[in-house]
Amino acid sequence: MWEQIAANRRKSFVLVMATAALLMALGYSLGEYFGGRGFGWYGLAAAAVVWLIMTLISWFQGDQVMLAVSGAHRIEKEDLPVLFNVVEEMTLAAGLPQMPAIYIIDDPAPNAFATGRRPETAAVAVTSGLLRSLTRDELQGVIAHEIGHIRNRDIQLMLFAGVLAGAIVILAEVGLRGMWFGGGRSRSRRSGGNESAGIIAVIAIVLAILAPILARLIYFAISRKREYLADASSAVFTRYPEGLASALEKISASAQRPTHATRATAPMYIVDPMLREGAMAAQGSATHPPVGQRIQILRSMGGTDFGAYQDSYTLATGKKGVLPPSALTGDGGVGPRTAATESAPAGEASRRNLARQVDDFFYRKGGYDRIPCDCGTVLKIPPDFQSSHATCPRCGKEHSLKS
Amino acid sequence: MLIVLLIILGVALALIGWFVGVYNSLVGLRNQVKEAWAQVDVQLKRRFDLIPNLMETVKGYMHHERETLEAVTQARSAIGGAGNIPDRIKAEGGLTAALGRLFAVSESYPDLKASQNFMALQEELTSTENKIGFARQFYNQTVMNLNNKVQMFPGNIVAGMFNFQNETFFEVTEEVEREAPKVKFD
Repeated sequence: MWEQIAANRRKSFVLVMATAALLMALGYSLGEYFGGRGFGWYGLAAAAVVWLIMTLISWFQGDQVMLAVSGAHRIEKEDLPVLFNVVEEMTLAAGLPQMPAIYIIDDPAPNAFATGRRPETAAVAVTSGLLRSLTRDELQGVIAHEIGHIRNRDIQLMLFAGVLAGAIVILAEVGLRGMWFGGGRSRSRRSGGNESAGIIAVIAIVLAILAPILARLIYFAISRKREYLADASSAVFTRYPEGLASALEKISASAQRPTHATRATAPMYIVDPMLREGAMAAQGSATHPPVGQRIQILRSMGGTDFGAYQDSYTLATGKKGVLPPSALTGDGGVGPRTAATESAPAGEASRRNLARQVDDFFYRKGGYDRIPCDCGTVLKIPPDFQSSHATCPRCGKEHSLKS
Repeated sequence: MLIVLLIILGVALALIGWFVGVYNSLVGLRNQVKEAWAQVDVQLKRRFDLIPNLMETVKGYMHHERETLEAVTQARSAIGGAGNIPDRIKAEGGLTAALGRLFAVSESYPDLKASQNFMALQEELTSTENKIGFARQFYNQTVMNLNNKVQMFPGNIVAGMFNFQNETFFEVTEEVEREAPKVKFD
């Protein structure tokens, strides 16, 4: 795994430096355009300050930013015991130094991501739609995939890429708006006589238009290989590749797309949230391999180690060498495991149990009162309920409410 | 003459460097095994602590299952008597089996199964069993990394000099419960 870790470190560094170059070029040309001759250096200095702040934010607060823009809420063990237990189980399987913080996003589209700068301070976020639609084994597969990203240090690179790309897009947008509405001072001051001002204006416009495209290009630094490695890690940690395979099937079959996902955060998710259904299964995207292929590789694995995943990958794609060599040596000879909820009814029961815990969590969060009725139903009273009595919908019993 | 001396010095330095590297990686691997076992131990201890609670809850419902209950209590106390890791692993396996029987028997007590207390305990114990399994999986991987380094050339030279031992795998099934081959270098 160390090649992957080293590659992620190297790419993070290149990414930060490339952003610096891009931002300063943008700052210089915008400065020349708006401020006139000689103001480019002020623009450059301003861009350097912006870059420094952005980098510091990604380094110290990046995960918090990512979680905030995704609308994630932190949860504890009492809130969702099953989810908490599953994350703890996978932390142990991966031998992570510390259990990641767990977040839930209230979104019907099933998806998940991991973020954080280091494994010690990582976080895993899942949508409520994911918890409502998966069985315990499927959830375990998804969580193991995310824990795989944490262990392989993919999260750091994705974090930098997300924050920096997002910031560039915003800055370029501001610059462009300024040009359309404000115009350049240089134009009015030197009435078209200066040729270099015109050239710089063109450069500024071109750069401002190109910046978002360049920001998108950053993501080509993030290869699809990290998704394959995380899938393989999931199979190794759970020793039950079918769990992740059928979870991916459910996620890609869902018609819903996460409402909070943006172009900047899309590569973090387990399944690319920006793709339409057909494209997702068949082609994938720059950052995510096609889901259909990922499922096929998982399903035709002959064992549950990295070697089995590699063989299955070669069989499915005709290509070789998707996993780093260090993953293939020192591979534990641990055999497959029978799932906890192998049978269909047991799986359905575990899914219902998960869904109920999610509902309970959001009812509690919304300030609902819970009144257990003798017939076994639990009445959920909204905080703005006016009447002093509530009738059980099942047995018709009257309950008086405390004000 | 000077060149020969320098070459000898260079080779000696390279050898020492290599030696230090191998020694340090052996120490690192051994610490990893210890750390991984500590994780297993935390979960085993948690299960150990949950059992009195479970017995208290179950007692009131299961009047005809004295043997099953006693088997669990006995298996639990056997763990306290186990000294070294291989004995401990055996004793823990006994407890896993006894608990499995208890949960199987509990299927025929609907009142017990409906009890909130029992449901919460069952989720905790089932998840703890899972955690033991996953922690064991990671422990075994670290043991294999260490054993490979201890047994394979040239690591075995350094391992023999400083008495690095093979560690025991944590296996649960009976047929794989055989002694790991002990390699001696003295």
